[in-house]
Amino acid sequence: MGMTITEKIFARAAGKTAVKAGDLVNANIDVVMCHDVTTPPAISMLKEHGIDKVFDVNKIVVTPDHFQPAKDIASAELHKRLDTWAKEKKLPYYYKLGRAGVCHALLPEQGHIRPGEVIVGGDSHTCTYGAFGAFSTGVGSTDLAAAIATGILWFKVPASMRFTLNGSFRKGVYSKDVILEVIRRIGTDGALYKAIEFVGPALKEMTMEGRMTITNMAIEAGGKSGIIGVDATTRAYLDGRLKGMTEYTVFESDADAAYVHEDTVDCSRLEPMVAFPHLPSNGKPIGECKGLAMDQCYIGSCTNGRIEDLRIAATIMKGKEVRIRTIVVPATPEIWKQAIDEGLAEIFYNAGCVVSAPTCGACLGGFMGILAAGDKCISTTNRNFVGRMGSPKSEVYLASPATAAASAVEGKLADCRNYL
Amino acid sequence: MAKAHVYKRDHVNTDEIIPARYLNTDDAAVLAAHCMEDLDTGFVKKCQPGDVIVCGDDFGCGSSREHAVWAIQGAKVGAVIAHSFARIYYRNCINCGFYPIELHGALEKINDGDELEIDYRGGTIANKTQGTTIAFTPLPEFALEIVNDGGLLEHIKRKK
Ligand code: SF4
Repeated sequence: MGMTITEKIFARAAGKTAVKAGDLVNANIDVVMCHDVTTPPAISMLKEHGIDKVFDVNKIVVTPDHFQPAKDIASAELHKRLDTWAKEKKLPYYYKLGRAGVCHALLPEQGHIRPGEVIVGGDSHTCTYGAFGAFSTGVGSTDLAAAIATGILWFKVPASMRFTLNGSFRKGVYSKDVILEVIRRIGTDGALYKAIEFVGPALKEMTMEGRMTITNMAIEAGGKSGIIGVDATTRAYLDGRLKGMTEYTVFESDADAAYVHEDTVDCSRLEPMVAFPHLPSNGKPIGECKGLAMDQCYIGSCTNGRIEDLRIAATIMKGKEVRIRTIVVPATPEIWKQAIDEGLAEIFYNAGCVVSAPTCGACLGGFMGILAAGDKCISTTNRNFVGRMGSPKSEVYLASPATAAASAVEGKLADCRNYL
Repeated sequence: MAKAHVYKRDHVNTDEIIPARYLNTDDAAVLAAHCMEDLDTGFVKKCQPGDVIVCGDDFGCGSSREHAVWAIQGAKVGAVIAHSFARIYYRNCINCGFYPIELHGALEKINDGDELEIDYRGGTIANKTQGTTIAFTPLPEFALEIVNDGGLLEHIKRKK
């Protein structure tokens, strides 16, 4: 029996020639991602237990993002604890305010993600980095503390599911629509404990940004990780970008590798999708739901706050005015600058949007766009749970940047294809 | 004796267990005061030390915030019994020394307000109200060790 890409990555990380799904392994960790919510408690735990060491300063990447710049005194204290620790440990990859950005957009952009590696982060959407042919998963603060101190964590090697993405994208359909369709099919726990592997010709049409939107939401199907193999697009993205070590190992699934579930998505038949409250699996094609009035539009986050997302939104908003409160959040300082240089920020300004500095902000109901009771928000984020963006009585509708932008222009759920 | 607080719900998520608006702190007492707030605002008031939460599938889905375990521990909940758990939440429980009981069909076997006695190592729940005994698969030995040591870091320290 052959191995999946995920099994091969674990074999390497555990120093074995072969592993199979279900094996318990101690894996060496290649990158640990740290942010402002889950890392300060991890630091305190390490202190409490008298553990002072950091396993490898070059393998820890730190960025405040959830509440940055600090939204109140309590979050300022979190940032201070993170800052004091990062300086004390002399961590070379500490992205301070001004260079800080939404973690899952920042780390790949700044060249910290390499194929073939095992990456953990104190955040559930750490699965994003699987777009680069790496195993990547979210952990809680205790695991994070153990990873920071020892560089080793135990894992149960996950079984894999495989989704083959066929066909060509039609106008107005994006990778966000693909992943909303996948989650609609298997449900929010359809991939529990499993790695979701994406293969197929439609990936060729996707940029790394588009692929990251897909792996980002693997957790919304309950997945341990999402993964996409390396190709020319991956290599071109990594070229000249990687920090530190520039070499990496490329693994591929064997032809006879085992999958516990297989399915195909014909991208040429997809319509723009909207996931209704309060689960990411409540996806509906836009044809079935357009016209529902919205109060706010949010374009940003680790799912869809990258430059190509902002470009699509700007294309739709150009020369128009939005009818509802619209907040655009470039996910990193580099994206923010690009949005200015390319004239996108001006288009958003002219359309009547707020453009904020990089932050997680309202995505998790933190700040910068909290919803009131009864508010409906069309959002390019990944999660629409009860109270996710504010009041437990508000509602979040998930969609692509194109659908969000078109809905902002009309003030109600709208078909982006009319604007492209 | 532990009293069961039953929520006939699947996918009880980390935003309901501890809303993100409270994530600007990791103070266990503050988190405990808001435990389960977006699911049941009255939960903290009625929960007595050692009481048990019972739910359906996929308990703890969503964010990786360990705050969702700390809030429940802080509210002095004795255990969570669910048909199934979201992966990160399950792992976080063990790492924090908190026992997650996976029990398919729990919602049919336990009613709100039932008095329970749990044998964690043996894997049985005596439902005193209904006069029944329910079996569950106990945690594997290595996970039980971590829980009994009081969590992963304590466990690592002791093993050294
Ligand atoms: S943008 Fe939203 S989903 Fe992404 S890391 Fe930040 S809070 Fe989490």
